[in-house]
Amino acid sequence: MNAVFEIVLNPLFAFSVLRVSTPILFAALGALISDKAGVINIALEGIMLISALAGVIFSAISGSAFFGLFMALFFGGLVAFGLGYVSLKLKTDVILAGIAINLIASGGTVFVLFLLTGDKGISSSLASKLLPKIDIPILKSIPILGPILSGHNILTYFAFISVFLVWFLLYRTPLGLRIRAVGENEHAVDSVGISVVKTRFIALIISGVMAGFGGAYMTMGYISWFSRDMTAGRGFIALAAESMGGATPLGSMLSSLLFGFFDALSNSLQLLKIPYEFVSMLPYVATVVGLVIYTTQKTKRMHRMRIKAESKKEVL
Amino acid sequence: MTSDAVLSMEDITKVYPNGIVANKGVNFSVRTGEIHGLVGENGAGKTTLMQILFGLNQADVGKIFFNGKEIKIDSPHAAIAQGIGMVHQHFMLVPSLTVSENLVLGLEPRRGFIFDKSRGIHITQELSKKYNLKVEPDMLVRDLPVGLKQKVEILKALYRGAKILILDEPTAVLTPQEMVELFNELRQLRDEGNTIIFISHKLAEVKALCNRVTVMRAGKSQGVFNVEDVTEEDISRIMVGRDVILRVEKDVAQPKESVLKVNRLTVVNSFNKRVVDDISFSLRRGEILGVAGVEGNGQRELVEAITGFGSYGLGSILIDGEDIKQLSIKEIRDLGCSHIPEDRMSYGCAPTLSVRMNLLSYKHNRREFNRRFFLMHMSTIRDVSTELVKEYQILCTSTEQEVRCMSGGNIQKVIVAREFSDNPKLIVANQPTRGIDVGATEFIRKRLVELRDRGAAVLLVSADLNEVMELSDSFLVMYGGKINAFIEDVSNFNEEKLGQYMLGLKSQDVDEIGRALHD
Amino acid sequence: MTKAQWRFEFYRTGVVIITAVLLSLLIIVLVSDMPGLAIKLFLTGPLDSLRHFGNLVEMVVPLLFTGLATTVMFTASQFNLGAEGAFFFGAIGAAFIAVNWNLPPVLHPAVAIVWGGIIGSVFCGIPGALKVKWGSSELVSSLMFNYIAFFLGLYLINYLLRDVTAGAMVSFPFANSSKLVKIIPKTRIHTGLFIAVFTVLVMGVFTYRTRWGYRIRVLGTNIEFARYSGINTTWTIVMSQVLGGFLAGMGGSIELLGMYRRFEWQTLPGYGWTGIIVAILAHNNPFYVPLAALFLAYMKIGSDIMSRSTDMPNEFVAIIQGMIIILISASSFLSKQRHKMIVREAIS
Repeated sequence: MNAVFEIVLNPLFAFSVLRVSTPILFAALGALISDKAGVINIALEGIMLISALAGVIFSAISGSAFFGLFMALFFGGLVAFGLGYVSLKLKTDVILAGIAINLIASGGTVFVLFLLTGDKGISSSLASKLLPKIDIPILKSIPILGPILSGHNILTYFAFISVFLVWFLLYRTPLGLRIRAVGENEHAVDSVGISVVKTRFIALIISGVMAGFGGAYMTMGYISWFSRDMTAGRGFIALAAESMGGATPLGSMLSSLLFGFFDALSNSLQLLKIPYEFVSMLPYVATVVGLVIYTTQKTKRMHRMRIKAESKKEVL
Repeated sequence: MTSDAVLSMEDITKVYPNGIVANKGVNFSVRTGEIHGLVGENGAGKTTLMQILFGLNQADVGKIFFNGKEIKIDSPHAAIAQGIGMVHQHFMLVPSLTVSENLVLGLEPRRGFIFDKSRGIHITQELSKKYNLKVEPDMLVRDLPVGLKQKVEILKALYRGAKILILDEPTAVLTPQEMVELFNELRQLRDEGNTIIFISHKLAEVKALCNRVTVMRAGKSQGVFNVEDVTEEDISRIMVGRDVILRVEKDVAQPKESVLKVNRLTVVNSFNKRVVDDISFSLRRGEILGVAGVEGNGQRELVEAITGFGSYGLGSILIDGEDIKQLSIKEIRDLGCSHIPEDRMSYGCAPTLSVRMNLLSYKHNRREFNRRFFLMHMSTIRDVSTELVKEYQILCTSTEQEVRCMSGGNIQKVIVAREFSDNPKLIVANQPTRGIDVGATEFIRKRLVELRDRGAAVLLVSADLNEVMELSDSFLVMYGGKINAFIEDVSNFNEEKLGQYMLGLKSQDVDEIGRALHD
Repeated sequence: MTKAQWRFEFYRTGVVIITAVLLSLLIIVLVSDMPGLAIKLFLTGPLDSLRHFGNLVEMVVPLLFTGLATTVMFTASQFNLGAEGAFFFGAIGAAFIAVNWNLPPVLHPAVAIVWGGIIGSVFCGIPGALKVKWGSSELVSSLMFNYIAFFLGLYLINYLLRDVTAGAMVSFPFANSSKLVKIIPKTRIHTGLFIAVFTVLVMGVFTYRTRWGYRIRVLGTNIEFARYSGINTTWTIVMSQVLGGFLAGMGGSIELLGMYRRFEWQTLPGYGWTGIIVAILAHNNPFYVPLAALFLAYMKIGSDIMSRSTDMPNEFVAIIQGMIIILISASSFLSKQRHKMIVREAIS
């Protein structure tokens, strides 16, 4: 047990929490935006996978990590557009469409990888680039905080900045107003002449771009190659994180960090000869437990309020 | 078509995907500066016609002309661009946004990228002053009473430059006071040169407010009339194609022992509001007890509590002496309680299942429908359904037809057939004839009286005052979750006073209300 | 649905299947350097030898179970995607019985299959229970449970059942008495096929002829109406998912006992996901599950055979499957034809 504490209290551990939380946070913010617009985007998983591969391929072709990032985002938006098209235009159930996209992504990435490299498992033959790490001047030299907060990949910083950006978008801009309105009462939005479909399209595309960031980070920051089904359910976890976070930007961030904590813990615990299967399971269990605790608290709160209100008269 | 028409719709035909023909070759036109009534029974096609005009629905056949020019309206956006605004029956507002946010939605004032909240509030105040429609810009819409929500809706349309304003049954949800206010506001708008299309099926309102009226029946226009030239009786004749005889013949009730006893019942909703507040009454075998009141005064929650749909906090409900607090919906039904739900599509049927399966519903556990090895007795189910369809004159292609492909009246008959065919001891009928044709209405009302005479206890909740007065032997008036009055003898009661009870302007004293609880 | 609607759905599904096949051919032509051979193998491969035909039938069996599992959950409008995990974990359960117990033939696999089913039903049932108890989305938690089932299952196998003397990460061999008997020589088709076909019939009758099936269908169409009809919706929601899990778990056990000598899966086998496609293609009607399973298995086996002898990777089938889901569930696909038909009928 002491060994576990030792790991958790090490600044390196906190550093890795931020590191592993990054892709989930991106995807959770993506889940948040589409959820606010009233669309459940379970295609996040597939979008991340496609973006991850796009980042590898295009950074290898162009030799520029940022061009790779750009193409990862482009593909993220494009796939989300496709999801929007089939669910909003062709009226496919959005969950089934999401399953379809995940399936296409899972097979399609391997398919493309094989066509390009002749390898079905890993992209190591592609000379892909990494996005830069950033040392923050001053902060870097502060003990404890420095090693935790400095030296991350540029996208990790951007992920946390995005929490604010997404909040700003949703609560301070006309588009955000429309997105929230569409999710709550689409008829209201329709009746004032805003296109519901267009608003949802925009929300979905932003959601896809966020997942694109997550995917790009996976292959151009977290690790430096693409491998088959490498997102390993992060898109799904992001959905859980978003709903656990009460569908708010800050809440989504906190629950992404919680997941990141367990993910990092599972990486570290493997060093302690705890069975890896058991440890790998932790993040998923934590997500389910977190989700249940969140929903329990919510129902309890409502129940308490109700009892109080019903008994008020008796007290008077 | 008259030459001075500012807007006219010609030969409009609309068929819904489920095959229902909502409009069939309809012509409709309005002039500048008039209030134009559009009347017809529920299901006559008024709302569909207006949805086509507002771009929420597209006609399969037909043209729309604006100032003599043909226009295409394929979305609300296009309608708004032409200066057409609509206030819907179900408000098109976002509950968690404020009044001003709802008002400017789609035309948000901006400062750079940012939504300018304070300008939004300013705009709301200005408009509110200009049109003399008072609203609070900062209030959340979910906290507003219906009358105010409607004002927000009207302001929304005006803010978008509406010159032609469509109001879809605007009075259905209003108190008489709010109604007077609305009428004055509408007259003022008309005098300022706006055109108002007023959809209603209440002829007195049309008579009081409108200049001209178009009457619709069964998806077709029956003609346009100057309101001064026709009487309410004339209109109603055209509307239903025959004189309305909705007088239900019935003998004086012979109430026996109590079946339902509600004692100091209190229900609190999820917004923490006491929606049913300490009410008591009893209902006896062989009588129909009406529950009148403006909608949203606790009637729904009362029904939910009795039928087991919602929980309740304090007080008790006894059916045949048994406390139902801990009972499930099924156990309450097993006590002999039938339930006609308020919203037939949400609660009363499974739209994509067949008539047969919908007639089965809560009876699917019965021995007569089940065989050995857990198998259901399909042939019995078929035979019983066929019989019910015949007895209740349900129009359907076969008992295998999906109910969603049927008209509202026929779906309601399916529900009624299911609920009435079971020798119920207690019938809770919530808005049993809302939105259905006269024929079906008459049929259902007669059945209710028949069941009463056979000894059933009927609790009739209805927003239709005529229905309550016509059918009930005695009735309660609910206001703000409380019983505001108990009228023991319907035949001798004045309607003016009733209005005051419904609005909470007056209430009976405790002793009078206490008479609702027999023995 | 009325007969006309079923007819229309049949026609629509046919169009989707033809589109899917044509799309596959197009991809092959675009990508492959030997399109002729590739197309031939893809289209006729599963029928060109008894062994290949055997492969086809072998794959249909697990798909019938996962297809039925998803069908029953979707019929109840429960978006539980946990058939994958239940299938995997059911197989783990069966593996323990197959290795550790000593029972006479017939009884041994029967016990193992039932046990696998029970284990599977726990895995699909928990997300259902979480939903009715606390309202957490069964969609999200069932996805998490797929991963939990996978890692927990691997842990159990590797730490409790692993045969260290075998070279790979596999379990001890199953007792001979536990295995399902092969029924056609030169193939691995086993008695699980009979169980699967029987289960299809049982589920069809269950759905359309029993009161439980009735409750599930009512629940799936309109939950408020189900409540109103006195149906215990909480119980029905959970039970539909427990039943789904049981079917998936059974499927996993049967697959394992019919096709393997040891437990050797190191990844999720994917039948659960394909089962979702089966259910969609069968319009959630158990009687159509065999057709859907056969079609999907045919494509998969065809592409496997093709990829072995040509330069075409078999993963492209996933792309086609995705397209099938989208087209089948796109309600507006061909809806214009449908609407025209209706307008014509209604006006005349």
